[in-house]
Amino acid sequence: MTIEVKNLVKKFGSFKALDGVDLKVNDGELLALLGPSGSGKTTLLRIIAGLDWPDSGDVAFNGEDALAQGARERHVGFVFQHYALFRHMTVFENVAFGLRVQPRAVRKDEAAIRARVKELLDLVQLDWLADRYPSQLSGGQRQRIALARALAIEPRILLLDEPFGALDAKVRKELRRWLRSLHHEINVTSIFVTHDQEEALEVANRVVVMDKGRIEQIGSPDDVYETPATAFVHGFIGESIELPIQVEGGVIRLGDQPLALAADGLAPGASKLFVRRHDMLVGPPGSGTFEGAVQHVRNFGPVQRAEVALSGGETIEIDAPRDRELRAGDTIGLNPRRYRIYAGA
Amino acid sequence: MGLTLSWLSIIILIPLAGLFVKSLELSPEQFWAIISSRRTLNALRVSFGLAFAAACVNLVMGSIIVWALVRYRFPGRRIFDAIVDVPFALPTAVAGVALTALFAEKGWLGAPLAALGIKVAFTPVGIFVAMIFIGIPFVVRTVQPVLQDLDPEIEEAAGSLGASRWQTIIRVILPSLAPALLTGLALAFARAVGEYGSVIFIAGNLPNVSEIAPLLIVIRLSEFRYADATAIAVVMLVVSFVIIFAVNRLQRWAQSRIPAR
Repeated sequence: MTIEVKNLVKKFGSFKALDGVDLKVNDGELLALLGPSGSGKTTLLRIIAGLDWPDSGDVAFNGEDALAQGARERHVGFVFQHYALFRHMTVFENVAFGLRVQPRAVRKDEAAIRARVKELLDLVQLDWLADRYPSQLSGGQRQRIALARALAIEPRILLLDEPFGALDAKVRKELRRWLRSLHHEINVTSIFVTHDQEEALEVANRVVVMDKGRIEQIGSPDDVYETPATAFVHGFIGESIELPIQVEGGVIRLGDQPLALAADGLAPGASKLFVRRHDMLVGPPGSGTFEGAVQHVRNFGPVQRAEVALSGGETIEIDAPRDRELRAGDTIGLNPRRYRIYAGA
Repeated sequence: MGLTLSWLSIIILIPLAGLFVKSLELSPEQFWAIISSRRTLNALRVSFGLAFAAACVNLVMGSIIVWALVRYRFPGRRIFDAIVDVPFALPTAVAGVALTALFAEKGWLGAPLAALGIKVAFTPVGIFVAMIFIGIPFVVRTVQPVLQDLDPEIEEAAGSLGASRWQTIIRVILPSLAPALLTGLALAFARAVGEYGSVIFIAGNLPNVSEIAPLLIVIRLSEFRYADATAIAVVMLVVSFVIIFAVNRLQRWAQSRIPAR
């Protein structure tokens, strides 16, 4: 099933939740919608599911207009952040719900329903919990049951709204890997919403980065990390150092200091220089593009994170390998191994 | 713990025990004669039958009111929300007078109804109306918080799984509200059984037709037939207790299907 979203606009009062979104999702893909809260990612997901309606724009499944159908007709599996399990039903009945409410003409008989639920509980590896109530399960178990419930109706599309958002870090990591292998197994076109970049980069085939109701970049996890399309993406994904610079007559200046960086092809005016923390290499004083004094050093396993006051006045944080110990008070030279410049202040 | 038990005993159990002790002054035969008399039986039937019917009506209408108050935003919602409490706060005699004036043959509602051949005031229908009036806040106030806590996401989940609106209400919403609905029903029923003030004005108080049991007790007391009065009271107490107990069991059963979060 392919999904095509065209020029979607949705306002809540004067707030523009979606501001002209275009997106194509390929058949069998596992796509992540990544963005800070308020970026419109959940709104986009809910419109695709039929739980919200856009002010304008189109949504098509396999070329067929989906907005003409309600949530009930769209045959979309939806997994909620807070599970939304039915508290008064056992795990078994929760999973069976979608099968039991089918119109009589297509409804399976009791034996077939039981077999299907058993199969799904096996798939999520929780068949031993069939007779429990949702309140007796852990968060991770509840979310797996919610997923089994959504899969019961053999959805054409699977949508997950911050599926691991309410879980603790360790369980979240386990479930990420599990979701990936599950998707590999069932191969349903899936979209999941997250604000956790690590989650998006680890699980998805493709990542859509959103901000303020617009799509900033669509690309593979490597694309969005290695070649961020906009300053926002660079700042949002991965740890970045951000410096305000001026491009003038082929020279880049930080404050009033010219920097020894190539300015070829850059538009003149205020711009931003982005460097990954670990791409800022430390050298002896006077050796680099930047000069600075080390303020604090903290150790994080294989790296040391140093706060450095640049001679131009800005303070930055860098991650350096621990082969050369830094100390507060050291004067060092810094050389960006890789960097990107984006026009605009 | 000790304080709770002594307080409960002083406030509730000792008066109840006194009632039983007082009724022991009667021999079993006398007791049976009093409670099996036609007038007593009819009064009990009117009280419990109409109270139950009124509680059922309140259950349905109260649920609809709660739904509107919780799920819709409309102008004057807060005022309607406050109005629900009026039957709680209004002295029952005031309610009785108001309802009687309204439903009397020349009243605002009584006149058009009389034209249709329906007589409300001074008939059992009047008692029924009064019992609905005083019982409605009990259903609304017990169900309201539970519905407010009910996550709208579970309705969306049901919808995306293919359930129709009707299936969602029957299979998801009502079972989640069941314990609160039963509690509301029990409270509205108990209140209607015990209601005296508002009912006696509108009832007409015709023996065997529109005479409620509490009124019969008062009549017996004013005739200085204290033992008769206590005998009827004991029957009311026992029947009420049995019904409340049954509803409680039902509620426990409904609750056991929704274990605590």
